[in-house]
Amino acid sequence: MRRVCSSLSAVVLGLCLSAASAHATETGDVAKGEALFNDCKGCHMVGEGAKNRVGPHLNMLFGRKAASLEGFRYSKSLARAGANGLEWHADTLSQYIENPRSFASGTRMSYRGMKDEADRVNLLAYLRTFSDDPSNIPEADPTATGTDHTVDPEILALEGDVEYGEYLSSECTTCHQTSGGDDGIPSIVFWPEEDFVTAMHAYKDKVRPNPVMQMIAGRLNNEEIAALAAYFKDLEE
Amino acid sequence: MKLNRRSFVGAVAATTLAAPMVRAAGHGKPRVVVVGGGAGGATAARYIAKDSDGAIDVTLIEPTRTYYTCFFSNLYIGGFKSVSDIGHTYGTLASEYGINVVHDWAVGVDRDAKTVTLAGGATIGYDKLILSPGIDFIDGSVAGWDISAQNAMPHAYKAGSQSELLKAQLMAMPEGGTYMMVAPPNPYRCPPGPYERVSMVAHYLKNNNPTAKIIVADPKAKFSKQGLFEEGWNNHYAGMIDWIGEEFGGGNVEVDPGAMTVSIDGEVTKADVCNVIPAMKAGRIAEIAGVTDGNWAPVNAVDMSTKADPDVYVLGDASQQGDMPKSGFSANSQAKVCANAVRGALTGSRVFPAKFANTCWSLIETNDGVKVGATYEATDEKIAKVDGFISATGESAEVRKATYEESEGWYTGITSDMFG
Ligand SMILES: Cc1cc2nc3c(=O)[nH]c(=O)nc-3n(C[C@H](O)[C@H](O)[C@H](O)COP(=O)(O)OP(=O)(O)OC[C@H]3O[C@@H](n4cnc5c(N)ncnc54)[C@H](O)[C@@H]3O)c2cc1C
Repeated sequence: MRRVCSSLSAVVLGLCLSAASAHATETGDVAKGEALFNDCKGCHMVGEGAKNRVGPHLNMLFGRKAASLEGFRYSKSLARAGANGLEWHADTLSQYIENPRSFASGTRMSYRGMKDEADRVNLLAYLRTFSDDPSNIPEADPTATGTDHTVDPEILALEGDVEYGEYLSSECTTCHQTSGGDDGIPSIVFWPEEDFVTAMHAYKDKVRPNPVMQMIAGRLNNEEIAALAAYFKDLEE
Repeated sequence: MKLNRRSFVGAVAATTLAAPMVRAAGHGKPRVVVVGGGAGGATAARYIAKDSDGAIDVTLIEPTRTYYTCFFSNLYIGGFKSVSDIGHTYGTLASEYGINVVHDWAVGVDRDAKTVTLAGGATIGYDKLILSPGIDFIDGSVAGWDISAQNAMPHAYKAGSQSELLKAQLMAMPEGGTYMMVAPPNPYRCPPGPYERVSMVAHYLKNNNPTAKIIVADPKAKFSKQGLFEEGWNNHYAGMIDWIGEEFGGGNVEVDPGAMTVSIDGEVTKADVCNVIPAMKAGRIAEIAGVTDGNWAPVNAVDMSTKADPDVYVLGDASQQGDMPKSGFSANSQAKVCANAVRGALTGSRVFPAKFANTCWSLIETNDGVKVGATYEATDEKIAKVDGFISATGESAEVRKATYEESEGWYTGITSDMFG
């Protein structure tokens, strides 16, 4: 594979782009979350040896079905929500602790609610450390809320920026061969740009079914899809 | 190639020319040394060489002439692949990409002088050093086992002769014999690996020795894709596999390689084959280089540089990066982010935001493939998981077959991405 945009100085472009980490990923601050947990400690335990007290223990909370701990007496309200399929993930937990009574009117959790979103993110980051670790159990709940992976349009030098497309393509070539081989996984080289863009958006919108592709396309923005299309269109090996 | 240049490019470029750039000091081309020619190292070397078009001098240090992938080594044990299917050589990396491939062990790193010493005595200077040495085992983590017992009780957790040995032992099992596995504690390479192996061993036994038994002693309370594996074991290998988790003393294990016995929570069993997968740590050269903290090497998520030294990078299994599982897919993904950053630092080429992905496929039985995958981003603290998926239980046979075929495609894809 040869460098395609040799007409532009790589150095010049490189320098416009090195300021490009314009993506805000919310992971939350565990230490701040630990301090916030002081408000909860009166009723909830978390960590090694944690047991149910006034409130249920919070180990392995993420991914847990609501009201599912054996030996804890939940309010009818939460038990019903659990039976209806409520699971605890970052989003549902955040809604719950923002205003417990509005989330589940009959809940026994007598907590007025945590209004500040940053506080909730930090508290949940702390609690998240007591659930499965995705590095050991890859299917465990995420630890961050990814934002669309945006690159400031000012830094994208070109429409269908081929060099950015080449970088992004390295994620594709783990599975798709640049030689155009297509056993088990289809070839993606030399597609007309329009078809490529349409297919990627179909995955992004979950119209096409493959979960790997839905996941990969799901976090590519329009510029990135355009960049990939421009790159793969004329790929030379 | 037609490029639609936007009008502001020139202006932006002019004002940003002063960005920092590390140039090789006092010698010609900048030099990158990569230690370890596996999933992380081979990929990094290839991408740096390929994308810098000769502007960077790349040396790859790897003792073996043929790299056997751990990925698909379980399929070899199950009889779905031959040894030669999983062996790869470095010829193309040298001839087509101009990488200086040196078949030797790295035995020392002097981070002040910026040199690597090889077992053969040579010393190689670097501007940027990338370590991707994979894992080593922690002696004594399974009572009674150390590396000298690997012939009696193989790990087969580095592929090649160990995989062949384990397979030979499996084939030599007496009728109705017992295959035991001691599974590793977290964290270890390839979270579903031991359980895919159990599936492949069961597949072999079902067809060749159907009254044989498999006992797994596991120090963990649960494992990746557990629901999928258990469903598959029930469907295909009912009654053959006994998994003893933490709750039932699976972590309280002692082996005797001489007597070929395994004690699980005090109960001693005679094994015909005993596959011990010990606890793991970063490949030793990472520790020698002084970039580890405990068992692993902490790295910065944006570029895989170590917390200890901005000019030393650690990829793959040896790194402690956050949420990514230790897998070949992960190592390959990290290598490309690292390659882009290293190239940018050495030649001023464009550096794009870090993006990571992983998918682990596992084969449970013929045409019954499952997968788990996720995407990740660099945050200040770590590589953090942002999204993911897992195969569902109860999927149709067609979906499972397509998943298996996809894994075959992935294997061809990643090995050409590593070795050219
Ligand atoms: C049974 C099994 C099944 C697996 N299945 C999958 C799978 O399906 N999908 C997947 O993605 N991953 C899988 N993996 C995991 C995958 O193999 C590893 O995560 C991956 O190989 C890690 O890449 P790495 O570059 O960190 O190390 P490795 O690929 O192990 O490469 C390390 C290299 O460094 C060399 N080396 C070590 N020390 C030195 C030194 N001092 N000097 C020079 N060279 C050195 C070694 O010889 C080796 O070639 C599996 C693993 C196992 C054991």
